[in-house]
Amino acid sequence: MIPMLKRILRTGIVTEPLPEAVEAEKRELARLHDEILRILGRALTIRQVDAGSCNGCELEIHALNNPYYNLEGYGIKFVASPRHADMLLVTGPVTKNMENALKVAYDCTPDPKLVVAVGDCGCTGGIFGESYASCGAVENAIPVDVRVPGCPPAPAALLRGILAAVRR
Amino acid sequence: MQLLDEPIDFARQEGVGAPVWTGRAADSQELQAFAIAAHRADGRIAALWGSDSRQRGGGFRLDCVFGLNEGHAWVSLDLPAENPAYPDLAGIFPAANRMQRATCDLVGIATEGGDRRPWLRHGAWPADWYPLRHDAAQLANEGAGFPNAPSDYDFVQVGGDGAHEIPVGPIHAGIIEPGHFRFSVIGERVLRLEQRLGYQHKGVEKLYIGMNVADGARLAGRISGDSTCAYAWAYAAAVEAACGVSPPPRALLLRALMLERERVANHLGDLGALGNDAALAFGFSQFMRLKEDWLRLNGALFCHRFMMDSIVPGGTALDLDAPALAAIVEQCDAIGREVKELQKIYDEHAGLQDRFLTTGAIDADLARELSLTGVAARATGMILDARIHRQGYTPPPPYAMLGVRPATDERGDVAARVAVRFAEVFESLRLLREIAVGLPDSGVRIDVPPVADGYGLGVIEGWRGEVLVGVSFDGDGRLARVHPHDPSWQAWPALEHAVMRDIVPDFPLINKSFNLSYSGVDL
Repeated sequence: MIPMLKRILRTGIVTEPLPEAVEAEKRELARLHDEILRILGRALTIRQVDAGSCNGCELEIHALNNPYYNLEGYGIKFVASPRHADMLLVTGPVTKNMENALKVAYDCTPDPKLVVAVGDCGCTGGIFGESYASCGAVENAIPVDVRVPGCPPAPAALLRGILAAVRR
Repeated sequence: MQLLDEPIDFARQEGVGAPVWTGRAADSQELQAFAIAAHRADGRIAALWGSDSRQRGGGFRLDCVFGLNEGHAWVSLDLPAENPAYPDLAGIFPAANRMQRATCDLVGIATEGGDRRPWLRHGAWPADWYPLRHDAAQLANEGAGFPNAPSDYDFVQVGGDGAHEIPVGPIHAGIIEPGHFRFSVIGERVLRLEQRLGYQHKGVEKLYIGMNVADGARLAGRISGDSTCAYAWAYAAAVEAACGVSPPPRALLLRALMLERERVANHLGDLGALGNDAALAFGFSQFMRLKEDWLRLNGALFCHRFMMDSIVPGGTALDLDAPALAAIVEQCDAIGREVKELQKIYDEHAGLQDRFLTTGAIDADLARELSLTGVAARATGMILDARIHRQGYTPPPPYAMLGVRPATDERGDVAARVAVRFAEVFESLRLLREIAVGLPDSGVRIDVPPVADGYGLGVIEGWRGEVLVGVSFDGDGRLARVHPHDPSWQAWPALEHAVMRDIVPDFPLINKSFNLSYSGVDL
């Protein structure tokens, strides 16, 4: 226990307001943070759905939970069921084999709901496109509010995308 | 030359890649006999795929790669255009089961008997339409128009008093890829786990047909995002072998540098997640912090946090200068110190060790039987690593000269897979320092003119295990067929075995200790 406590003390708080962001963005983030609190009452819950990605986007979504980005510190957390979610964070391309499951998850998410399409593949179908096996972009399967392009998008871009959806 | 005293005539693949021998089986009996001999020699099935060569006057073709002590034996078998069928190899190598079923779904060549359940086809395309057949190619766009009717799957049922099923997925509770797990349980105890995968199937192999070499490299880097360097290198090695070129020595070392950085990044993430799954949030925070530091330096040096598109056929897309290499050495020292401290905390944490020890155990006999490679195999005591010297096997450059030390553990449980990851992090940090101070001066990229009808196989020890990519060119120098093979093909069935003596709540921990790719096998 003591080595752990020492490690924790020595590490300190590494959380960044918004990594590598310009000052204006930091201010905007603080304002958005207030807005989230006002609109959502302290919490935004996200159900992440991988509808066919190469798992690159998932690595960056995972990074949002690391101490640098500390997503939960903003009152935003990932939940295990679409029924508990305000937002679906969907990576693509949407495979034919996942199309049905994604639509079910969307239907299970209570209104009003937000959908953020993540990554080049989620936004446009990307390198995989549309084919016998792929429906392509997330919007080909369910309605999308915000798109976050990138291959994969960096955590800061994901954070901005999530906040952009909330502001709508 | 002959291998294993079998009649098939083999020729050594040229170039600087992993040792590969290619040969052609005269008939299916020869293939079956070779498979039996390979099994007897403690070999494994490394990959299996099919192709349609009818438009070039042939029939169908089956390719099997066997992992032997001295390297890989790539055996192909021509099959007739009418009623193509080959003997079921799953009786010899159980790992062949899903590969054969996927081949049947994609190419329409099936085994004589054996498990005939579809694997990748969930009802998105008709049973008599095969995406990798060339007459299907003309219908490619109409393929998007097939009705998508999800089909039922014939799970093996477990009966008896109190036995019941827990279906999980395809969408899982965490931030993770989709797949379906069917647990048969009594109370909390797992009697049986059966996986149904294929949800990530996005038509990768179909996309490859007719692609040019450069686009193929981009796609290879996106087969399993967490292994982008391993796939990009395996693809590049296959293309280079097919075209008879060898990349410059500096490029080979830079590739190794990227591959080891990928290994460290993934191991750090896994070590954190394993702590988290055993309710030690401290471990998660610390390791994820280190991983983020690691990825940020990647971003600064390679313009990409995961180094995607940095390895290309002919060499590497970029070079590192002296300050960059110094930054790498400095980071290796810093991260090494911290990981050492965290390892001590993990090792001495009673609650953590209680969850890790004896959980999800498999032994070396089972690992061999299932053709397992990588971290999970080494955690049963097998010294199986394409980077490491062993009796009769010399690793390809640059690893031959780097002298990688094996990391093994004989316990076969979650604790062993954690221990192997720790050991591999330290070894990779050592290799990174060695590479960074010893890079020779040379170019980093040469031209790779495609060779008509060339073919090659690339083998790379990725962080998860052995990644293979088989490549063949058509008469015009475009890609005729590319088959990427993830080590998860062999490891998923091992996971089914690993959970059998444990309880349902241990599954997430066991699953994470394997951390397998869905996208890499669903393609």
